[in-house]
Amino acid sequence: MNAVEVRSLNKFFKAHHAVADVDFDIPAGGSLGIVGESGSGKTTIARMLVGLECPTSGSIAVLGRDRSRPARGSTERNTRAQELQIVFQDPYTSLDPQQSARAAVDEVLRHHGGRSASERAQRLDELVDQVGLTVRQALARPRDLSGGQRQRVAIARALATGPRVLVLDEAVSALDVSIQAQILNLLADIRAETGLAYLLISHDLAVVRQLCDTVLVLRRGRVVEQGDCGQVLDDPAEEYTRALRAAVPVQGWRVAV
Amino acid sequence: MRTTLRKAARTLGRSGTASAVLLLVVVAAALAAPLLAPHDPNQGNLLDAYGGPSGAHLLGSDGIGRDILSRLVFGARTSLLGPALVVGISLLVGVPLALAASWYGGWVDAVVARVFDLVYALPGLLLAVLTVALFGPGLTPAVAALSVAYVPFLARIVRAAARQQRVSPYVDALAVQGFGMLRITGRHILRNIAPVVVGQAAIAFGYALLDLASLSYLGLAVQAPTPDWGVMVSDSDALLKGYWLPVAAPGVLIVLTVLALTVLGARISGDKPPGYLKRRRRSAAPPDRTAVGAAA
Repeated sequence: MNAVEVRSLNKFFKAHHAVADVDFDIPAGGSLGIVGESGSGKTTIARMLVGLECPTSGSIAVLGRDRSRPARGSTERNTRAQELQIVFQDPYTSLDPQQSARAAVDEVLRHHGGRSASERAQRLDELVDQVGLTVRQALARPRDLSGGQRQRVAIARALATGPRVLVLDEAVSALDVSIQAQILNLLADIRAETGLAYLLISHDLAVVRQLCDTVLVLRRGRVVEQGDCGQVLDDPAEEYTRALRAAVPVQGWRVAV
Repeated sequence: MRTTLRKAARTLGRSGTASAVLLLVVVAAALAAPLLAPHDPNQGNLLDAYGGPSGAHLLGSDGIGRDILSRLVFGARTSLLGPALVVGISLLVGVPLALAASWYGGWVDAVVARVFDLVYALPGLLLAVLTVALFGPGLTPAVAALSVAYVPFLARIVRAAARQQRVSPYVDALAVQGFGMLRITGRHILRNIAPVVVGQAAIAFGYALLDLASLSYLGLAVQAPTPDWGVMVSDSDALLKGYWLPVAAPGVLIVLTVLALTVLGARISGDKPPGYLKRRRRSAAPPDRTAVGAAA
């Protein structure tokens, strides 16, 4: 069974057609990258997947459960939370400023219950350890952590519900390059350990190439090209994908003065 | 304990700390009134009528010989109880409404906001005078009317602050994790806007004290023999006979208490004391956190 199945997904904001007839699948444990310029509808797709926006038409199913309508009641909401989680772009605003990493993760573990106090404490230590936070960092408030450390907190918090799918909405875009590499390695390790499926949203083709099996190129809400990551990025069939690729600064690339 | 106090003093600034100390003294006096007051506040000796300050009566005595200091100390009780009730009731009604409005947005928010605007347009004193006209004078009708009038004063600020939190990504993250409206607004949003709520409540407390004192002065709230600052200020007999202290003493206390509440409220909700920027520029500028996030 596919982890995620999206069929003829549409989203209108008033007259603006933000997402137009998008179809894609992510197999269990697979990883799909969605690339495109700003305003191409990438983030809108992510927000519909997690239930922060409602699709105008079309269907979204995660682990076979439909989620194209808002959750009815807390049981449904919690089930969805245990299937799919998201890591947001900006680690500076996506954490409650008043909560330490441990408190944030513990709150999620507590909410999703089913564990004794000692099991919960053990799982909490595992998660903090898994994302590479030190004991001291885990007790600090977000304002005392760097961007990379905060993003580790956000990842630990997302993993706490025990999801099978993780949406990464530009999750490394706000970090500087060396930290970006660390977080990408962390995400690759987590995927190897847990068999999570990833949906990576990015405007950075290098990041997508590193983390994804398949890729989907989006332009003005429509799918331009879709397929195997290496093939699409190395040998694009579409003009737009070529243009995206050409826009990446490479060695010897000069800024016009 | 000592470091906590020092930290608090630093955030409040000089004027804020002075205000906090003054208010603590007033509250302590109200609580310990029977221990502190040198005389019975209601027992007068006509031989002492309008006696000036002396060893026995530090602030002198009023027209029927009651000790003014003792009346001030006991008066702190009624004078603080009223505004405390007003602010407490307004918070209980206003904060949940404001949080719900900011959470649901849309028409819920529109309706709640318009109701706030409507009540805000009614002067609190006018509402209190009308209520007293209907139910007769006393502290209860006055407090009830002012409680209604103060709901928008508190709730409008809470709604604005909560709306700002509502759209921040950490609230989205909590919603995706399966938390419901009560948990997110009550635990996370409220905790993040707490300084604004507490600060505004302190300012409202000052205004309510002033309003209740005005009503008592007019004879509409606290009634005459009960010691109360507002009632004491209305002692026109003393003024007509040329004795200013029985009126000036409670008047000065009202002004100082309201001023302290306003300054403290402003400091708690994050307004910087005057001259802050000037002092700040001389020391090293704080690191710009947003700039770090933009690097990439």
